[in-house]
Amino acid sequence: MLLITCPYCREARPEVEFAYAGEAHIARPADPSAVGDAAWRDHLYIRSNTRGLHRERWRHVNGCGRFFNAVRDTVTDKFAATYKAGAPCPIDFAREGAER
Amino acid sequence: MIQARMIQEWKTLAGTPIPEVAGRLSVALAPDCARFSLRVRPDDRAALDAPLGIALPDRIGGVAVGAGGHALCLGPDEWSLLLPAEAAAGLGERLGAAVTVPFSLVDVGHREVGIAVSGPAATLALSSLCALDLDAMPAGSATRTILDRAQAVLIKHDAEQYRIEVWQSFADHVWTLLEVVSREIALDL
Ligand SMILES: [Zn+2]
Repeated sequence: MLLITCPYCREARPEVEFAYAGEAHIARPADPSAVGDAAWRDHLYIRSNTRGLHRERWRHVNGCGRFFNAVRDTVTDKFAATYKAGAPCPIDFAREGAER
Repeated sequence: MIQARMIQEWKTLAGTPIPEVAGRLSVALAPDCARFSLRVRPDDRAALDAPLGIALPDRIGGVAVGAGGHALCLGPDEWSLLLPAEAAAGLGERLGAAVTVPFSLVDVGHREVGIAVSGPAATLALSSLCALDLDAMPAGSATRTILDRAQAVLIKHDAEQYRIEVWQSFADHVWTLLEVVSREIALDL
């Protein structure tokens, strides 16, 4: 079974305790009515669909209940890092050569 | 109140006891208690210790003993209080009068059923429902987790004494699984 380290519980816990919650670091426009239709559509629906390291949200729903962010390789399913919501991503994506 | 009481009596598992496996495993309903869900900012937590009579644990998984009951830290700002009924009466009013920090105290007394699992085979029995490494789980800790498919809070008092706190609607499912596991342990399967 896949083990995921929750940054709040600071423990590796079984995958069944977690829920996936989509791509991370997507900022909602501060004033949605000021952005155009295309930009709003992109915000709502268009995601990077990365092959390789992907920054994504997870929730420890059957544990501490917290949302947090993770960097996972979508090819190998390996977690490179997990970190608290609001914290900067600990992996330098430019240096890793990832797409984003 | 009367209605809630009827629901609890209707859902009680006392009518289907699980036979004890002599010297190895006992599964029984835990004595009923009052339960509260307490939310408060981590920085404000200490203000509640004195009026509660329990030093709220500051680490997720921590269990503190006091006021005749237990306080479990389930999340960064979430605690579960399991208290004797007499300690619980008027608790919200007493806390509200004693502290000025914002907090939320919700009575969830009728939401859950307590199940005591004890004996040398307790860890083995629970491991059949739970993906956590229960041998590695520290004594005197608690966590929310998944038992089979049902969310529950698991408290490990020591290697042979556990308590499950599970929602009424999932309790029958967990109880039935424990019955099956108990039979397998009795037959040494
Ligand atoms: Zn957690």
